[in-house]
Amino acid sequence: MNKKKSILDSNVFYTMIAIVVGFIIGAVFLMIAGISPAVAYGKLISSVFGKPKYLIWTLIYASPLIFTGLSVAFSFRTGVFNIGAEGQFVVGALTACSLGILLDLPAWIHVPLCVIAAALAGGIWSLIVGILKVKRGIHEVLSFIMFNWIAFYLSNYVVNLEVIHKEGGGEATKDVLASSRLLFPESLRTLLDCSAANWGIVLAVAAAVLIWVIIEKTTLGYKLKAVGFNSSGALYAGINADASVLTALGISGALAGLGGAVQILGMSGRLSQFAGQEGFGFEGITVALIGSSSPIGCIFAGLFYGAMKYGGSKLSIVKAPSEVVDIIMGCVILFIAISQIFRVLFGSILKKKEGN
Amino acid sequence: MGKVSHMDESQVVVCMKDIVKKFGDFTANDHINLTVHKGEVHAILGENGAGKSTMMNVLCGLYKPTSGQILINGKEVQFSSPKDAIDIGIGMVHQHFMLIPPFSVADNIILGVEPVKGLVVDHKTAREKVLELSERYGMKVDPDAKVEDISVGMQQRVEILKVLYRGADTLILDEPTASLTPQEIEGLMEIIENLTADGKSVILITHKLKEITACADCCTIIRQGKYIRTVKVDEVNENELAAMMVGRDVNFKVEKKEMTPGEIVLEVKGIHAKDYRDVEILRGLNLSVRRGEIVGLAGVDGNGQTELVEVLTGLRRAESGEVKVLGKDVFNKTPRETFESGISSIPADRQKHGLILDFSNEDNLILQHFEEEPYSSKGILNRKAIREHATELADKFDIRPRGSEGALAGTLSGGNQQKVIIAREVTNDKDLLIAVNPTRGLDVGAIEFVHKYLVEQRNKNRAVLLVSFELDEIMSLSDRIEVIFDGQITGSVPGKDADEKELGFMMAGGKKDE
Repeated sequence: MNKKKSILDSNVFYTMIAIVVGFIIGAVFLMIAGISPAVAYGKLISSVFGKPKYLIWTLIYASPLIFTGLSVAFSFRTGVFNIGAEGQFVVGALTACSLGILLDLPAWIHVPLCVIAAALAGGIWSLIVGILKVKRGIHEVLSFIMFNWIAFYLSNYVVNLEVIHKEGGGEATKDVLASSRLLFPESLRTLLDCSAANWGIVLAVAAAVLIWVIIEKTTLGYKLKAVGFNSSGALYAGINADASVLTALGISGALAGLGGAVQILGMSGRLSQFAGQEGFGFEGITVALIGSSSPIGCIFAGLFYGAMKYGGSKLSIVKAPSEVVDIIMGCVILFIAISQIFRVLFGSILKKKEGN
Repeated sequence: MGKVSHMDESQVVVCMKDIVKKFGDFTANDHINLTVHKGEVHAILGENGAGKSTMMNVLCGLYKPTSGQILINGKEVQFSSPKDAIDIGIGMVHQHFMLIPPFSVADNIILGVEPVKGLVVDHKTAREKVLELSERYGMKVDPDAKVEDISVGMQQRVEILKVLYRGADTLILDEPTASLTPQEIEGLMEIIENLTADGKSVILITHKLKEITACADCCTIIRQGKYIRTVKVDEVNENELAAMMVGRDVNFKVEKKEMTPGEIVLEVKGIHAKDYRDVEILRGLNLSVRRGEIVGLAGVDGNGQTELVEVLTGLRRAESGEVKVLGKDVFNKTPRETFESGISSIPADRQKHGLILDFSNEDNLILQHFEEEPYSSKGILNRKAIREHATELADKFDIRPRGSEGALAGTLSGGNQQKVIIAREVTNDKDLLIAVNPTRGLDVGAIEFVHKYLVEQRNKNRAVLLVSFELDEIMSLSDRIEVIFDGQITGSVPGKDADEKELGFMMAGGKKDE
């Protein structure tokens, strides 16, 4: 019975239920659209697991999502709401891309420079919002949303600057120099049969472990959590709440910025002009929620979302709309959010059984 | 007081027999019995965490008992929700009110059982019904006032009316006086009298002995989840009740050894400060506390006590003045700096300021020391040292339940939460300890415990500033009593010869009305 109880108390269990329900509802929409769910889901699964190279692609898709997921999860755990991971991701990508094009350095210095600069950019972008919150009392959600748009238009502006714009038209920058790429060595990429295979996933997992250590094991995590849970109590105990909020936002922003760097230096190699926000930051909120705001949970949630995104991109082959993936993910979040209902439901069923 | 003339079986309205309620391996109620007669005020007395609330939650349908029987008017019942209980006439007024602040009084009362006319709520009928009920039981309320605009005492009336409106014959009042002023408590006692005169039964959950002797007919005592006994209130005295509740003799008189106050530890001069509305609330306040004395700050709430403590602990900036600890300037410093200068404090609001409720007890016990050895080194927490520290303090300060070092502070009872704070602050070994309402909401056993530690600090030649709204507490503990009125100290009396009437007179500003 205790085992049963502990399963019913665990977030993972309800996340699984939410995912199953999400797929069921997605199936309903597919049927309404006149597409066999079996065919569409079959394609989704084979697109991810069909060949080893597909799995590598899933990892590539997952890496930036794990970063933005970590960014949001870290903010949740420290009592702020970073809805601005989108903007931080964009300035991170923009910084990495610009430095990757403009600087010509040996790889061993070029790569870390671009990555660190991207993290700094994301961190500062978030820190500005933090300062507005601490000094002027402006709610972070409000300024984050505005900063997302500022980052978006800034990026589109910079992309079109002559120094980095692709020669001969197009709506993207030049390719970043090879010395700044995070790609695996040529031989390994050939072996994996994937030209974009990169170190992003390794960095993402390392970051997740590091964030886990910070939250669970360090005095820094203790302090940030104390302020997040009860800022009055933390203040009373002599913890500088403002400094903690700024630290938390800075770290959160840096993680999203790193996501941007990994996307550019790893997968795409250049930055495009976009008509609308790309959504990595918002997808990070989904990842954080699916991962129960746990850094390790974010790894798995990021992999799941990465698989859905990559698999979804191939649904058009079977004439199924790739938007069904968005419907599924939306439903998953909805059902995680209302998992309390399941909790009560299963709890009472269990009680009744015990009663009989 | 409801006079119960017929104690025969037919007058029994509520009977709980051998109620057992387990949560996992923990037994909150272990074979509890309760018999309540018609028109009776029946008190349930027990320490914090004794299982009073669990028992009442079983009776009002929130919890299902693990075993045992509930008989209402002689018939066995099984509740699966509070609605079942209220349908049969049992209603509970919770300690924390469950009202919707922006709604009117009448709307709050009818919520969920609105009289309807066609598809819309019949506000006119609702209003009349509410007025009728409030007149019948002498509970004056304005049905049109918004709940957010009325006092706590008034809100409680609304809660009681809510239960009556739903047709309750037995009312359970959970710690009804916890947040009331003395005048409001008197008003509540009258309401209880009116209710019993009308044949309603009242079950009163409390740990305040005075209230029991003042208004209850019978009292059932429970201790650590077990039924101890039921007594007729006029056959016992307060000391006997306290002993039954705690399981040992309780010493109301605080033992203090003679001491001569030493050097000045805290010196406050000419403090001016504003409150949250930007109105000047401290108006040139002077105060000093010496080593080896407890200075009690007596006053009616709202005369600047809260703000004074906030200034002293660095939470509020004063406009002007001087604050010194052992000669060192701590005026308008941060909480960290005041702490390091030698001020340790037990805050008034233990859940907001004293604890991080979502932190474990062991983490709460190192709240000011987590960056020091041995609890951490080079930024990494040392879990083993933190746990050992917590276990040691839990033993020394009797924090219950045992082995709860890793449990969240929010899961402890109020008294044990206070013990966590006291354990932390007292072991800080600072020169000055400020305690604000340190026993609010605590039971007799816990109060005795808190008082013992305050006196121990004084006996260790430290300075103690006690701010309390309980005059009894101030009078029994203080070596010197300072009266605060309208942001200034208006009088000072030695604790030994303090007279309650004189103090009360001074606390009211010393105006001569008679």
